[in-house]
Amino acid sequence: MSTMIRSLAGAVLLLIAVPGLAAKAGNLDSAGTNVFDRASLQRGAALFVNYCMGCHSMQYQRYQRVADDLGLSEELVEQTLLLGDQEISDYMMSSMPYEESADWFGKGPPDLTLTARSRGPDWIYTFLRGYYLTDNGWNNTVLENPAMPHVLWDLQGIQRALTETVTDDEGNSVTVVTALELDSAGRLSTEEYDRVVRDITAFMEYAAEPAILVRQRIGVWVLLFLAVFTFVAYLLYVDYWKDVKK
Amino acid sequence: MSETEPLASVQPAPDQSRRRLLLASTGVVGAVGVGAAAWPFLASLRPSQRARIIGAPVEVFIGNLEPGQMARVQWRGSTIGIMRRTERMLNDLEGLAGRLRDPDSNNADQQPEYARNLYRSIRPEILVLNIHCTHLGCVPQVVPEVGAQPFDANWRGGFFCPCHRSTFDLAGRVFSGVPAASNLLVPPYSFIDDDHVIIGVDPEGAA
Amino acid sequence: MAKTAGTIGRTVDAVDNWVNERAGVKAFWKQHLSEYWAPKNFNLWYFFGSLSLLVLVNQLLTGIFLTMHYKPDAEYAFASIEFIMRDVEWGWLIRYMHSTGASLFFVVVYLHMFRALMYGSYKKPRELVWVLGVAIFLVLMAESFMGYVLPWGQMSYWGAQVIISLFGAVPIVGTELVEWIRGDFFVADATLNRFFALHVVALPMVLLLLVVLHLAALHEVGSNNPEGVDIKAKKDAQGRPLDAVPFHPYYTVKDIFGAGVFLLIAAFIIFFWPEGGGYFLKPDNFVMADPLVTPDHIPPVWYFTAFYAILQAVPDKLMGVILMGAAVLILFLVPWLDRSPVRSLRYRGWPSKIALGLFVIAFVRLSMLGLAQDASILELRFWTLVYFAFFILMPIWTTFENTKPVPERIPS
Repeated sequence: MSTMIRSLAGAVLLLIAVPGLAAKAGNLDSAGTNVFDRASLQRGAALFVNYCMGCHSMQYQRYQRVADDLGLSEELVEQTLLLGDQEISDYMMSSMPYEESADWFGKGPPDLTLTARSRGPDWIYTFLRGYYLTDNGWNNTVLENPAMPHVLWDLQGIQRALTETVTDDEGNSVTVVTALELDSAGRLSTEEYDRVVRDITAFMEYAAEPAILVRQRIGVWVLLFLAVFTFVAYLLYVDYWKDVKK
Repeated sequence: MSETEPLASVQPAPDQSRRRLLLASTGVVGAVGVGAAAWPFLASLRPSQRARIIGAPVEVFIGNLEPGQMARVQWRGSTIGIMRRTERMLNDLEGLAGRLRDPDSNNADQQPEYARNLYRSIRPEILVLNIHCTHLGCVPQVVPEVGAQPFDANWRGGFFCPCHRSTFDLAGRVFSGVPAASNLLVPPYSFIDDDHVIIGVDPEGAA
Repeated sequence: MAKTAGTIGRTVDAVDNWVNERAGVKAFWKQHLSEYWAPKNFNLWYFFGSLSLLVLVNQLLTGIFLTMHYKPDAEYAFASIEFIMRDVEWGWLIRYMHSTGASLFFVVVYLHMFRALMYGSYKKPRELVWVLGVAIFLVLMAESFMGYVLPWGQMSYWGAQVIISLFGAVPIVGTELVEWIRGDFFVADATLNRFFALHVVALPMVLLLLVVLHLAALHEVGSNNPEGVDIKAKKDAQGRPLDAVPFHPYYTVKDIFGAGVFLLIAAFIIFFWPEGGGYFLKPDNFVMADPLVTPDHIPPVWYFTAFYAILQAVPDKLMGVILMGAAVLILFLVPWLDRSPVRSLRYRGWPSKIALGLFVIAFVRLSMLGLAQDASILELRFWTLVYFAFFILMPIWTTFENTKPVPERIPS
């Protein structure tokens, strides 16, 4: 009997031990974001509007929600975040019409509301730090031949790739990027740039699931309450079962 | 049926006081839990953020509103009438008190405190009114002219609801003896400047 | 004061009697709770039946509230989920309760089924209880598959595409059948609309009916127990089994405690781990359905992967589909495949123990392989073989193995 339970438990553990599906695609750097760091989210929101929203939208997220959740006053949001004649109640839509941009780039810039949930924060973080310049233009370690140019290059500087030719499983020799090297410095130091990318990533993580800011806080109280309930219910159960003769 | 015969497998404890206490505690904690769990479900039925945004305040330009003329706008699904009343209309209001159900706007639910006056408005001449009948929600006709009407021989101008023949004066006050029980609702509103009124925002300083 | 209380008391009694004479509430209460005689030796495994019921109620309740905000339209479905997650007060909680509930439903149902296999709960006279249970499992699979399509993300879309295409393997009418299921020439708005109708109206009704029948059949014959002892064989003068306790209050209080533990686990997932590491909510499903872009990898949700692995074990499409269907349908036959004179594993020989152990390992391993992108076909086939061998060889080992004598009473 107990061996059976043990083998079952082992099997269940084995199943759980399969790495999470979110972690796909090779070596991603840990983003190290903290969505509960309000200052980081505020900086991220400003950076996102300045650098990303020229082309990308967040079609499910409202400025109003950002203002409420990040503790920004309406005036501040109106002055610093809103594009053109947008209202604070509007969704965070890029001013670039999707169809036209699809004509320019061959593929429209994807909506970014949920990217932190579909790709994961680590992917975004690594992607934004992974641009390097080649003779044929920008390339990226995470997303090969991206349609998007490196819009943060003046902050990061220009990286170049150190490559190595290796033989893969099928015997073909392929060139792989082993490391990136800063070729010419940008306006920010490496640490400052990492923080900028981390802030953008944190903001995108928040925007992908605004409820994340409250659900864990509420969850603590729910668990505490359920623990009390379960404890009382346990005492009741034990009390009744004293009646039952073995 | 000999109900007294005990079960073979069960020997109830002689002292039931602890059990009663535990039953009560589990019941109370459980009831609190069910109540707390019901809250998110009930709250999810309230107007969503989207509905609240669509129900945002509406700004209206009244600079070109002629005396005696009424403009209509939609706010939160209701028709809001904005009327520039004439001197004659305002003067008539006082004399009607005897024929009205609530001439002094004593029903506090029907207007904000700042519109609780003879004219039921912030500025006497500008009337802002949710013109849905307080009986069953129809939109009454505006009959501003003075003179005998099929529904009222001594008509001094006002609103007439065709659904069930309720009548209101030009401050939205309901006449006695009609189906509607209360005055027309004055929505929260305020003036941005001389020519702009905003529906849905209280004047600064007012609650 | 006391007079008022007396009047109220008499009124309550009168109403109570009035209702009772017409609806038989008391008789129902007695038959199914206060005088439903349950064996006194239920262990941990017996929590999962009542927990399944709890999850079912959760799914119905949260489902009704989600339906109030969801739009079954290919153009708006995805956005309406985000609307629920953002603009509806507490919408995120209701949605997570539903999505987590779906996975937990299968967790408790699988454990409940394992219990039945372990203690022979399907054996005479409980064959119908088991058959109805397997029917519930089948409907639950259809229900969760269609529910998974509703968010209209990439996984919803391509999962539907793959699963519906399986019906194309049917000879002659395959293509026709697939078009009929989809209502279009590809997975489209029509598909979403009918899946919505089936998910929120038709299948829940069937599910509820089957659950009622499952319980009615159980209460007719009475519950099995870990010893597999027939408690009805020994009764007292009033016809009450000697080794039983009334379900209420003894098992109601026990199940309430069990529900508390279960809710603790569920709440932890809902509030702290709603994606379940990508198993409960898949990352790719946060991208809106796009008929032009196929995801690299389209595994089903974790609770279907074992059956999906069996499908992949056969290179032939039709044979794969038949085998996958057989993997579920063969469960119906278990009461007649098992020839053992005893019910519980506790009194069976080592072949039964090894067989059940291997079966569990095969099921778990197949679940893992169905999720993997590069499962080895040999391994797939090996575990598929083990899975089916468990059922097909069951008549043999249950006939020949040595069993221990089952006591007449539940041992203390």
